[in-house]
Amino acid sequence: MAAVTKTVEQVKALEAYEHGFVTDIEQEFAPKGLNADIVRFISAKKGEPDWMLQWRLEAFERWLALDEPDWANVDYPKIDFQDAYYYAAPKEKVGPKSLDEIDPDILETYKKLGIPLREQEVLLGVEGAPRYAVDAVFDSVSVVTTFKKELAAVGVIFCPMSEAIREHPELVRQYLGSVVPTSDNYYACLNSAVFSDGSFVYVPPGVRCPMELSTYFRINAAQSGQFERTLIIADAGSYVSYLEGCTAPMRDENQLHAAVVELVALEDAEIKYSTVQNWFPGDPVTGKGGIYNFVTKRADCRGDRSKVSWTQVETGSAITWKYPSCILRGDGSSGEFYSIAVTNGRQQADTGTKMIHLGSDTKSRIISKGISAGASSNTYRGLVSTNHKAANARNFTQCDSLLIGKTCAAHTVPYIEARNATAKFEHEATTTRLSEDQLFYAMQRGLSKEDAVALLVNGFVREVLQELPMEFAVEAQKLVAISLEGSVG
Amino acid sequence: MLEITNLHATVGGTEILKGLTLSVPAGEVHAIMGPNGAGKSTLSYVLTGREGYEVTEGTVTLDSEDLLALEPNQRAAKGVFLSFQYPIEIPGVPGLTFIRTALNAQHKARGEDEVSAPAFLKRAREVAASLKIDFEMLKRSLNAGFSGGEKKRMEIFQMAMLEPRFLILDETDSGLDIDALKIVSEGVNAMRSPERAMLVITHYQRLLDYIKPDRVHVLADGRIAASGGPELAHQLEAEGYDKYAA
Repeated sequence: MAAVTKTVEQVKALEAYEHGFVTDIEQEFAPKGLNADIVRFISAKKGEPDWMLQWRLEAFERWLALDEPDWANVDYPKIDFQDAYYYAAPKEKVGPKSLDEIDPDILETYKKLGIPLREQEVLLGVEGAPRYAVDAVFDSVSVVTTFKKELAAVGVIFCPMSEAIREHPELVRQYLGSVVPTSDNYYACLNSAVFSDGSFVYVPPGVRCPMELSTYFRINAAQSGQFERTLIIADAGSYVSYLEGCTAPMRDENQLHAAVVELVALEDAEIKYSTVQNWFPGDPVTGKGGIYNFVTKRADCRGDRSKVSWTQVETGSAITWKYPSCILRGDGSSGEFYSIAVTNGRQQADTGTKMIHLGSDTKSRIISKGISAGASSNTYRGLVSTNHKAANARNFTQCDSLLIGKTCAAHTVPYIEARNATAKFEHEATTTRLSEDQLFYAMQRGLSKEDAVALLVNGFVREVLQELPMEFAVEAQKLVAISLEGSVG
Repeated sequence: MLEITNLHATVGGTEILKGLTLSVPAGEVHAIMGPNGAGKSTLSYVLTGREGYEVTEGTVTLDSEDLLALEPNQRAAKGVFLSFQYPIEIPGVPGLTFIRTALNAQHKARGEDEVSAPAFLKRAREVAASLKIDFEMLKRSLNAGFSGGEKKRMEIFQMAMLEPRFLILDETDSGLDIDALKIVSEGVNAMRSPERAMLVITHYQRLLDYIKPDRVHVLADGRIAASGGPELAHQLEAEGYDKYAA
């Protein structure tokens, strides 16, 4: 397989964390700390209508009354929420009208990250250029969204959230917070108060979105958090595939990423949401620095026969704490969750999904592949439930853990709540250690130890990689290999 | 081609090979026979460089080059191939992917060009047909859920694809019925050439009816206890290993 060979070459050419550079641009910050005035400051910066400000302030009031949760199988010092910036934006005179007006340093950053922002190249027909629309979020603001015109021609709205609040208030008011209410949990509540930007997608009835949509998140500023908010609405009979990618510079202090993603699928609609997360994981030996990735992602399969599929490749972050979930409300709706979570060094991950079967004849499928190396800890936590009215709910869950080395840990915590006798839930779980036998066998055939590990690990995660759009599957394969570099002595 | 001189090796602190000396010239097939626990499999792992198999004394050279200084993958690139007694299952990695990755790694290590996908597939189809392997099986995870016979055939398939110079067959006949044994033996015999040498490790004489050795050696208590022509194998079959017991 060429991809494997390519992976190996790329791995050799790379440092452990290749996105660890900082872009030197002029930034504008809100004053450090968090209070109602900061919330007003952010809202004013975005030129938001009053209803949005009130929504934020209400969330902020609720947040003050909430306690930080501590039930996850992760360990970290208490976060000082007053010791961070809640708004950081590249300085600019007016909002960018076209790519030419964007700070060349930012474009350079995205170029280094391999993001095809230069849609001109694509439009000029450069051979092999991928066709997907990109929204790029740099710290707190969206700097550019590509392919807008082509999408608008079929009625698809793809724009920064801040723009959607101004341009499409009726859609935003109807759906924002309808899947993840402001008071849902501590971090979702915080996000509701201080979210800065994110992506907004609306696909009209019967439209099949003509290209992949993608958002690229980048935390650049020091001591700043990123609180993006993404809302995707697939109207009746529509289809959209969406991908998010994330990176951050290497820094000694921890940075908080507390995003909220809401998906709404109406009747017969389908949303495919893929994440390739590569936030800085912190120093592999001391555990210093890295991103705290505390994210709330939830899909509401509101319409009958609607379908949502989550695919995630989690290789970064010091701590990952997230459960992309599906509320299977519509009759005959279905949810899928495919996950690869890789932890190395001192990383901790507590991740999984929730499949809430509310409608009849609903189906869900969970395939989770956890890989732990170094001194890391990797937990799968999942809930599959039906209420008493949901007849014939079906779930299949498979959780596989792969251990590399002797100092890592893997945990599987499945919760199953079936309140209807017609439910059929299946759960399979395995834990295996990357075996010396397999390594030697592959090496005897000519593979170096690193290449052998990469090949075996790629085999372990293949079922999930197949769910990713092609270009990203290659990227993800590369990431998994890089994350495990040096994990076998 | 292969020269083993006074080889001593330990596993977990216990000495298994105790001064083994053996020479296999190019173009020849040598059989190693011996009772269980004589060190036959240890010899195959020491030659291929498996971790945990410690050489404490002696030398091994392949065409005058020190083999012991090389990593297992470097030895493979030099043309050393081991057909495993118990082939390993590799879940999620299709057989074709595995072999192509291995082949290209060897080519790269030797400074040769990668094999093109069409050329690789063409060759794979030919070799699979000759070994009566269903091509669809090569698209499945390597060895995962395969029968004993299928696994052994896959070993020979890999051997034919990688075209090694020095072949070690470790108990290739175990777990094979007579039809499978014939197919596997034909595959091995097709690889015989003046540029190649083979070491056939077996407990029973049966395999040597199909793969005719030039020389037969008895390995007992970590040393070569006797050497002779093909007739030695028949003698062992009739008399057993008792007289070589330690």
